[in-house]
Amino acid sequence: MADGSKTFGPSVFQRKKGLAPMLRFIFGRLAVLIPTFLGVSLIAFSFIRLLPGDPVMLMSGERVMAPERHTELMHQLGLDRPMYVQYFDYLGGLVTGDFGSSIVTKRPVLDDFMNLFPATLELSLCAIIVAVLLGIPAGVIAAVKRGTWLDQSLMGVALVGYSMPIFWWGLLLIIFFSGYLGWTPVSGRISMMYFFPQVTGFMLIDSLISGQAGAFKSAVSYLILPTVVLATIPLAVIARQTRSAMLEVLGEDYVRTARSKGLSPFRVIGVHALRNALIPVITTIGLQVGVLLAGAILTETIFSWPGIGKWMVDSVFKRDYQVVQGGLMLIAAMIMIINLIVDVLYGFINPRIRH
Amino acid sequence: MSLFEIENLVVEFQTAAGPFRAVDGVSMKVNAGEVLAIVGESGSGKSVSMLAAMGLLPWTAKVTADKLLFNGIDLLGLSPSDRRKIVGKDIAMIFQEPVASLNPCFTVGFQIEEVLRIHLGLDKKARRARAIELFDLVGIPNPAERLGHFPHQMSGGQCQRVMIAIALSCNPKLLIADEPTTALDVTIQKQILDLLMRLQAEHGMGLIIITHNMGVVAETADRVIVQYKGRKIEEADVLSLFESPKSEYTRALLSALPDNATGDRLPTIAEFLSDDQIFAGAVR
Amino acid sequence: MAVAEIKTTKPQTGFAEFWFYFSRNKGAVMGLVFFLIILFVAVFAAFVAPHSPSVQNRDVLLLPPGWTQGGQWTYLLGTDAVGRDILSRLIYGARFSLFIGLVVVTLSVISGVLVGLIAGYFRGRTDTIIMRVMDIILAFPSLLLALVLVAVLGPGLVNAMIAISLVNLPHFVRLTRAAVMSERTKDYVIASRVAGAGTMRLMFLTILPNCLAPLIVQATLAFSAAILDAAALGFLGMGAQPPTPEWGTMLAEAREFIQRAWWVVTFPGVAILVTVIAINLMGDGLRDALDPKLKRS
Repeated sequence: MADGSKTFGPSVFQRKKGLAPMLRFIFGRLAVLIPTFLGVSLIAFSFIRLLPGDPVMLMSGERVMAPERHTELMHQLGLDRPMYVQYFDYLGGLVTGDFGSSIVTKRPVLDDFMNLFPATLELSLCAIIVAVLLGIPAGVIAAVKRGTWLDQSLMGVALVGYSMPIFWWGLLLIIFFSGYLGWTPVSGRISMMYFFPQVTGFMLIDSLISGQAGAFKSAVSYLILPTVVLATIPLAVIARQTRSAMLEVLGEDYVRTARSKGLSPFRVIGVHALRNALIPVITTIGLQVGVLLAGAILTETIFSWPGIGKWMVDSVFKRDYQVVQGGLMLIAAMIMIINLIVDVLYGFINPRIRH
Repeated sequence: MSLFEIENLVVEFQTAAGPFRAVDGVSMKVNAGEVLAIVGESGSGKSVSMLAAMGLLPWTAKVTADKLLFNGIDLLGLSPSDRRKIVGKDIAMIFQEPVASLNPCFTVGFQIEEVLRIHLGLDKKARRARAIELFDLVGIPNPAERLGHFPHQMSGGQCQRVMIAIALSCNPKLLIADEPTTALDVTIQKQILDLLMRLQAEHGMGLIIITHNMGVVAETADRVIVQYKGRKIEEADVLSLFESPKSEYTRALLSALPDNATGDRLPTIAEFLSDDQIFAGAVR
Repeated sequence: MAVAEIKTTKPQTGFAEFWFYFSRNKGAVMGLVFFLIILFVAVFAAFVAPHSPSVQNRDVLLLPPGWTQGGQWTYLLGTDAVGRDILSRLIYGARFSLFIGLVVVTLSVISGVLVGLIAGYFRGRTDTIIMRVMDIILAFPSLLLALVLVAVLGPGLVNAMIAISLVNLPHFVRLTRAAVMSERTKDYVIASRVAGAGTMRLMFLTILPNCLAPLIVQATLAFSAAILDAAALGFLGMGAQPPTPEWGTMLAEAREFIQRAWWVVTFPGVAILVTVIAINLMGDGLRDALDPKLKRS
């Protein structure tokens, strides 16, 4: 740079000095997150208090209680104090990890969340990996073969994919693969035959570690259908985005320069074009995180997959409002963190915004 | 044997409104060490003919010619992989928008070294050394440091120097420069043109300069081809063209230059000639 | 040796030009046709549907589709667990889906555009505050937020629509804001302001018309997304409540019959899928027709 400071090379591993701009970038993003986080906490806090009905009943789960019990609970729950004091208490609780306790299980919400989160994470990771591994090549091929039947079929499939009501798609797959063909199971994460300690919470890893014969295969068979269902929309969106980004990039001057250097088409497309096309696509992938979590709610419900999506839906129906409140907070916090990571990754890939 | 020879080149594009002939039967020869300027208005097909020779046109273009020879090799008949061995190595091209012509995601060092690796097979150290040598050659200060910069960190003039360096990296026999200075500041234009001419003389390359600027033609060319709407109108050595242009169109072009203006209004070509008149007056 | 000239026609008027590009896209036209059919069916449901959607006929419980063994042609797509004709329910259900889409899009667009205009035009603190609020809404997964909102407001179609509109709001705000910010520095806006145009006039009459293209495209996509979201909420039991023949709600009721009666599960989903595809095709066509960058020969 003009002031003599070093910059990043194309590979992350070539990073020399120059960590400072990246750290500044991260802290900048974090600073923006704080007001958002506070806003989210305010919403989570207000949620119970906005519900119709008596907050004491709602928060404790006890429907019928004597007046003394009511006053006692009110004091216990801190509901007799001014609203702003309650809010600060709530914030204080958040910071120390107290997200309330489930009315149904009586366990801290945070504990239940940590127990169930790996299941959702495993499913979501598998889904996004499938979506990226299939979606990006599909988009590249469709762009390169623009206008051919291959392009049109790929995009046609993609269109169906993101128009799909995934709760129905899951049911259809169950009817066909589980019911009619009998190939895959319907619900849960692994066959009841297997029992081994939870090390990572990821069934795929734990089953491998356990060394029990057939456990891994079982875990995979339970994971396939939910992954396919959850990956459908992100896959379609990523394929379309990649195609449109590639089309734009392929018309750019620097692609013509790359060709004029006598580089092979693979190199022109796979290195020169793709690198630039991936920039908007990475943003899309980042946005898909929220979509994934929304989709997880439906997918987990259909496949009885014991993750946080199903947990939230069940809690809404069971009126376990502590869980809903705490869950909202935790999920929102998680999304914000993931978005931050995506932003940082984006900074690595796109040199222009680093400077 | 001439270095580069085209005979009766026709380039047709498929468009939504039917086929469109961008280049209609153009012929030319360039010898080693010679500077040829192709001049014409926008839409005259001057860039398209050169892009066709390099194989850089999109799939919607149909290229036919009686002859399209480079160093005796028939470019049209080559397989794509054989053609790629020549393009970028023995024939190189630089373009109009230098900053946009460089890949924003890679350092300029990466972009020049990849040519060295793929065409010359140099190892990492040799590549680095040669890249620095090339940057020096084109007048980029602090070459070693510059190699790690990205195109958006450099000015238009510097990016064009990088493009020239990339083009020269494998010592090409023919360099095609498509409007190399049009997008640059006037002061930088002169520097880049001087650089091109100096390098051309030092390396004994054939140089084809495409431009719409008669001033550039005057300063650089040995011979000139005037094109209009895909056809060649006149071909002559530069002095003859300027002193005694044979076709009406060339005369009209020259008199449309601000320097040549007399009277109150700047004359336009349309006032002089219709398309048919221009084509009829073509001196082949 | 003739040179083929490109025909230069007189430049077309706005709508004619738009229609030229739109109609070139066969998929978009098909989508439009489908959508019009669905619209027709929805409006004239009373005439098109063979039966009433709510009448329960004990004689024909869980009847398979007409073309299979055991089915009857009068109940073309079969019946559900309480003997209601599925085809008729689907036809009436179209009303709900289209209605939901329309209401949600209208609410989201109007409020989103207003807020986005304000944010993009006034910048500064107003903008920052508005964008923070939008970030907060976006911090939650959309379906989850909608679910919780409906839990607060109470399950039902109207509340589902409000919830979905709210969840869609940030997208329109962002879109409008970005468009406004890029337009307001342009010369024609400055010229208007210099000529004395007031804030309201500038915002609504000068800038907004030029931001319409991306808004229209986004609105179309939001329409289809709203149908999907409402169906999802219905499926979860938080949207339209039984016995409303909303397609998602029908799927919720059908879930227990996966093994026994595949038609109860399949057809409502097909209805959703086809409708959403049609609208998305139209949206794609709109985007291609309205986006100047894509006008290639």
